[in-house]
Amino acid sequence: MLTLEALRYQTGDFSIGADFTLPQGRRVAIVGPSGAGKSTLLDLVAGFLAPVSGRVLWQGQDITAAPPNKRPVAMLFQENNLFPHLDLLRNLGLALRPDGGRLRQAERDAIETALARVGLDGMSGRKPGALSGGQQSRAALARVLLQARPVIALDEPFAALGPALKSEMLALVRDVAQELGALVLLVSHDPGDALGFAQETVLVAEGAAQPPMDTQHLFADPPDALRAYLGR
Amino acid sequence: MTIWQGRGPAVVAGLAVAGLTLGPVAAVLWRAEGLGAPGPADWLAVRFTLMQALLSAGLSVLLAIPVARALARRRFRGRGALVALMGAPFILPVIVAVLGLLSVFGRSGVLNDGLGLLGLPSVKIYGLQGVLVAHVFYNLPLAVRLLLQAWLAIPSERFRLAASLGLTPMAMFRTLEWPMLLRIVPGAFAVIFVICLSSFAVALALGGGPRATTVELAIYQAVRFDFDLGRAALLSVIQLVLALCAGLVALKLGTGAGFGAGLDRAQQRWDGSAVLDAAWLALAALFLMLPLGMVVLKGLPGLALLGAGTWQAAGNSIAVALASTVLCIGWALPLATRRGEMIGILGIALSPLVLGTGLFLIVRPFVNPLSVALPVTVLVNALVSLPFALRILRPEAEAVRHDYARLSQALGLTPLAWLRLVLLPRLRRPLGFAAGLTAALSMGDLGVIALFADPDRATLPLQVYRLMGAYRMEAASGAALLLLVLSFGAFWIFDRGGRVNVDA
Repeated sequence: MLTLEALRYQTGDFSIGADFTLPQGRRVAIVGPSGAGKSTLLDLVAGFLAPVSGRVLWQGQDITAAPPNKRPVAMLFQENNLFPHLDLLRNLGLALRPDGGRLRQAERDAIETALARVGLDGMSGRKPGALSGGQQSRAALARVLLQARPVIALDEPFAALGPALKSEMLALVRDVAQELGALVLLVSHDPGDALGFAQETVLVAEGAAQPPMDTQHLFADPPDALRAYLGR
Repeated sequence: MTIWQGRGPAVVAGLAVAGLTLGPVAAVLWRAEGLGAPGPADWLAVRFTLMQALLSAGLSVLLAIPVARALARRRFRGRGALVALMGAPFILPVIVAVLGLLSVFGRSGVLNDGLGLLGLPSVKIYGLQGVLVAHVFYNLPLAVRLLLQAWLAIPSERFRLAASLGLTPMAMFRTLEWPMLLRIVPGAFAVIFVICLSSFAVALALGGGPRATTVELAIYQAVRFDFDLGRAALLSVIQLVLALCAGLVALKLGTGAGFGAGLDRAQQRWDGSAVLDAAWLALAALFLMLPLGMVVLKGLPGLALLGAGTWQAAGNSIAVALASTVLCIGWALPLATRRGEMIGILGIALSPLVLGTGLFLIVRPFVNPLSVALPVTVLVNALVSLPFALRILRPEAEAVRHDYARLSQALGLTPLAWLRLVLLPRLRRPLGFAAGLTAALSMGDLGVIALFADPDRATLPLQVYRLMGAYRMEAASGAALLLLVLSFGAFWIFDRGGRVNVDA
């Protein structure tokens, strides 16, 4: 259970607040107009930003002060999810050995298995530049599998992919999340992503992240802020 | 975003740089305290320093305007090579350039031979005119690069518009080029003025005498010949004030000059005389290439005359160049941030001779300064190259941090893994370039070593100077060619090391 407790972040004129709980194993979309603070919310959860006040809790444990790698969160960024000069084996190996040390045979096997799981069997020797955009996304997802964290945070990582490829990737994310029993937080500016992927949706608008609502209900009868964003 | 990287190394590196630049200055100031007013000879040096810097900067910029314009609007085979040639003087050892200029403009040089055949009186190179020729040789290419960058930055649509309006050449110049020149020329002038202000090696080799002594040269003479450390300190203070004032002005006028990427395209233009442009380009190319050609030509037979002393000096130079490169890059990596660059810039405001004098004063109570000539040279060369290395590395290092700090943080990479697996591999190209520049600058440096060296501890540039002083011109030419090969070779090896097998 991920709890955002009276969480408040502020920088300059910009501020955002959140106060709700997300249950384990759900798929949650975070939608809202650009600049409202969707990515900021994700950064607060993942530990890249520190809140002005409030707490972030995981299973009742306070993780507000924990650095990103000590949190139960695996994150996919908009870009730069892989180091371009390292092959996939080394890229994924860093998830297991953050000191960059030599990988043991068991770790190599785990990487190969994860790559095979996302449809990249036998590609561990390739560098990201030798992969297509979709394959790069798959490789990054394989790392999320390896990290096996109970929260997966996605900051529009498939925005550059075409519609077919994107829904393919979201399906893969769903499978991976189900295997791990993980809570998924998906930031997206595309309402279609939320409808097709997420059971619940958090609307971020006007300086606050609303508590999650059932996605179908929310879009069937959108509140004013969402209505304005959707242009309806 | 939180900055993820240990601050320890940056603090240590910053303190070391600040201590090593400000410490010698403090030593100089402390030693200079309570000294009498500057004497007439000192004022002469100040006057000459200012005058030659003004003239050098003025001539360089003035001559650069037609050359840069020709490069900007003409397309021809070899244009890329000519632009590259404009970058070469930066890593060309001063003493090599001086030797080349002597064989063109010197008493028995090409020019005077030609004048003699025509029955015209010969020209003399020693003195103000020699200093000016050498400074223009060095700074004309710099000015051309700065101006060319600005010229190419004028949007091509404007030239198309001007052509379709049928503007006369004069109207085109007034509306498009004159405003650009007004913006760029003051900065270019100021940068060159600052560079010439702390001219030492050129003045040492081509100037001299009460009428052609720069303050830097006067510092050297006070230490080496008169052993008047008080006067050296006083002159250092004068040099410091001059350099600081001029440096601040130059900083304010700033041209924002980088290392000129993207100079390899020409504008499409429909104006100007192709013949005149070709003449300017030919003159500039000749002026730059003839001295270099003469060094090679005269140096080849001289290579056979290289004695044990020269080879030993070459060994010293290689060791000094490598050591100062390691030191400079070791400093530059943790300081490759905005704040770090501010600290590193200290090195450019200070002249090597002032630094050297300060270090001389500091070490003298403990050891014979002459015995630490090479380590001090390593140190000063690294400090002097640091601003260039930072200028090259900082933008790239910031980009790497911007792109990969979050991912590294999410993975919890250890600082060592970040350095080894991310920062260094991502920075390979600029690291190679910066290391190449540092190695070449250090290899060719004839500054602080002249202050400290005894007969047993020469570097190759000093050895060339000594051979010239002993009128062993053939041996000097051979040693100069060796130095040229070592400097350009060092640059080439490092720069290439940063380029091969680099992917994405």
